[in-house]
Amino acid sequence: MSVAKVYVTLKKGILDPQGRAVKESLDSLGFSGVEEVRMGKYIEVKLRGADKDKLEKELTGMCEKLLANPIIEDYRYEME
Amino acid sequence: MKFGVIIFPGSNCDHDCYHVVKHVFRKNARFVWHKETSLKGMDCVIVPGGFSYGDYLRAGAMAHHSPIMREVKTFADRGGLVLGICNGFQILMESGLLPGAMLRNRGLKFVCKYVHLRLETADTPFTCKGSPGQVLKMPVAHYDGNYYAPAETLQELCDEDRIIFRYCLEDGHTAQEANPNGSMDNIAGICNAERNILGMMPHPERCAESFLGSSDGRLVFESILEQVNVK
Repeated sequence: MSVAKVYVTLKKGILDPQGRAVKESLDSLGFSGVEEVRMGKYIEVKLRGADKDKLEKELTGMCEKLLANPIIEDYRYEME
Repeated sequence: MKFGVIIFPGSNCDHDCYHVVKHVFRKNARFVWHKETSLKGMDCVIVPGGFSYGDYLRAGAMAHHSPIMREVKTFADRGGLVLGICNGFQILMESGLLPGAMLRNRGLKFVCKYVHLRLETADTPFTCKGSPGQVLKMPVAHYDGNYYAPAETLQELCDEDRIIFRYCLEDGHTAQEANPNGSMDNIAGICNAERNILGMMPHPERCAESFLGSSDGRLVFESILEQVNVK
């Protein structure tokens, strides 16, 4: 069994109203050193099988087809 | 003239759409469960609003992979009329039938209110009964209606006259304060290059009878009926 940790984030330059709200909240709590906050999604996928290349290929397919929307989001993953 | 209204788990404007077609316009309508695979005999398919699959992951992301969506693509390729409202619009974008994507509303709030829309073109089967510049009053109800498209896509939409509705003030002016969600260029509705697929965030089915506060949504349904009758 392998565990894939997938991180989906908004593309650079795309407005992130949630991240901005969190930044403003941190500012108001007195954390004055926050330049920017960007929000994203963290998805854990448990995969059956041992062939790492095959699993990565499959995972890329999952990211492209469903987990991320390539118009607004980027993704990256780590396999364990 | 037959309408199909698709139901996904979590759709909640399906009955409103059915009601308008069947009881207000007295036309033939049928519910189509998302696991079905045929749209035979339909003239127009409505992808209604709601929270398909709970809006998990992204609004519309999972509905896109429902069996019926393959048939919706085939139906549209053959020239059938497809109207996506609110979550239906999001599903059509996730499916690649319309360009762009929805981001969370600029104000981070679910917006549920009447807005004014400027009709930008009558050159679609969904708006042929209207005139460009006409101001319509329709309700919106969404969390993710902040339309985004890459600059080149936006340019293409403008150049090809594919922006159908823009949020505006009552006088038709498309000011930022009239924009309920931060959508690019005040976009509230767009169509595909072939002009037989319309996606819109406002709900025409919720304002097709005057006692509901506006009957401006009738324009969309009357246009479809006129178009199909002419064909």
